[in-house]
Amino acid sequence: MSDEGRRERTFLGDTGAVLKGMATVFKQTFRPDDTEEYPKVIAEIPERAHTGRHLLNRHENGLEKCIGCELCAFACPADAIWVEGEDNDPENPTSPGERYAKDYQINYLRCIMCGLCVEACPTRALTLTSYFEMSYTSREDAILTKEQLLEPPPELGTTPGAKEGL
Amino acid sequence: MDWLDWLLLVARVVIVFFALLISVLLYIWFERKVIADMQTRMGPMRAGPRGLLITLADGIKLFFKEGILPTNADRPVYLIAPVLAMFPGFLAFATIPFGTSITLWGRKLEFQLVDLDIGILWVLAMTSIMVYGVVLAGWSSGSNYPLLGAVRSSAQMISYEVAMGLSLVAVLMYSGHLSFSEIVAAQDRVWNVVPMFPAFVIYLICAIAETNRPPFDLAEAETELVAGFHTEYSGITFAMFFLGEYVATVTVAAIGVTLFLGGWRGPAPDFLPWLWPLLWFLFKVTAVIYVFVLIRATLPRVRYDRLMAFGWKVLIPFGLVWILITGAIVVLPDHLDLDRGTVLTWAAIALGVTLLLSFVPTGRKTHEEATR
Repeated sequence: MSDEGRRERTFLGDTGAVLKGMATVFKQTFRPDDTEEYPKVIAEIPERAHTGRHLLNRHENGLEKCIGCELCAFACPADAIWVEGEDNDPENPTSPGERYAKDYQINYLRCIMCGLCVEACPTRALTLTSYFEMSYTSREDAILTKEQLLEPPPELGTTPGAKEGL
Repeated sequence: MDWLDWLLLVARVVIVFFALLISVLLYIWFERKVIADMQTRMGPMRAGPRGLLITLADGIKLFFKEGILPTNADRPVYLIAPVLAMFPGFLAFATIPFGTSITLWGRKLEFQLVDLDIGILWVLAMTSIMVYGVVLAGWSSGSNYPLLGAVRSSAQMISYEVAMGLSLVAVLMYSGHLSFSEIVAAQDRVWNVVPMFPAFVIYLICAIAETNRPPFDLAEAETELVAGFHTEYSGITFAMFFLGEYVATVTVAAIGVTLFLGGWRGPAPDFLPWLWPLLWFLFKVTAVIYVFVLIRATLPRVRYDRLMAFGWKVLIPFGLVWILITGAIVVLPDHLDLDRGTVLTWAAIALGVTLLLSFVPTGRKTHEEATR
């Protein structure tokens, strides 16, 4: 570091610098708080902030959008997705087209919420919601099954345990 | 003394003890809230209204945690060290007048547990004993980091005790008393902080160093020494260190208020004459503690060699010079037929000139530049 631009050190100058710093910190007292009391007050999440649990979507006629192609599982860098595809029953199809997902699981102990699976999905079957209250008491509970993923997530703050200790 | 006197004495001791405990609970909450405000956070909010009971909750948690006794620890010393760290703060507070007096059942009760003739010496003795708690804790843990922390801390506390003693000497020379009640009585016109301002600054800095508070918390230095001397302590013994540290902070603030800021003195209305001095005292102590917290929130931890250099090369010489000046202020009026005010004015002018001279660049390299 060059000596250029360095101020001459004096006793009063240094003391003044300390006092100035203290004044700056003191002024911060009057700034509004940036944090909020999370479980009591849940801040509104931006509408398009997709940073939480996945959702398997359906077509308007009730058929599943997922075609069991496993592209999401290939895209997943954390190896969190398990898909087992099968041919549709032509009489009673689960999804439009040839194939559907017989089994679909996401392990939320592995998932890093990167969204690469959503980008990989050719039919927009897989999307992210902004539901982030995912806490589990066992490893098995953290693996969400196809039935669970087809259901839209509950409201924030309604999970049993979220209000604990209030 | 009949039984009522004894009862009142015991009651006063118990009340002061618990008042100090409760003040520590409130003070820790206060500190956390103030620092949170300065960092645009909320701080503790859950236990009690606005998180007021957070310290109580912490205390209960610590009380029920397991107290671990390391295999290498020197058992009796290890267990007695937290006690040694905790009680000096309480004992020192016993001599501080925190109000005037109240008449109950025909007896005049002073708001001061004991009015020792040697008040200041007692305080210095108690702060010295506090060092024992730290040193013994570090040594008896049978582990390296606590030992390092204890060595650092003892060196720091002993060094700063010298400078603190010097600032107290200036005050007692000026007021001519060792007893706290007399010192407060001598401040009825002007608080000591006006004539003794340099001593007040020295005292504040040393008080922070003496109680191991940031920016002088090298004894604990979480990021370097893993909590320093109390690394091995857990549960109730750790709680005692924690309590001792904060009791010491309250006590040190109270001593500063008594010696420099007029103690319980302050303008008061006519009714309830015993209440207002008490409130004034509380207010002043809170103000001093607020300054401690503000300093903590502002300044980063000092490097260890700079801490020692600052103590020995700046504070102690400065304190010695200030004692000389105080001596002159005290003695000169008798010899020169001047009053203290005139001498103080001249002293202030001399100080101002010195400060102005310090603005003149010396052209010499500073220590850091020379050693970089």
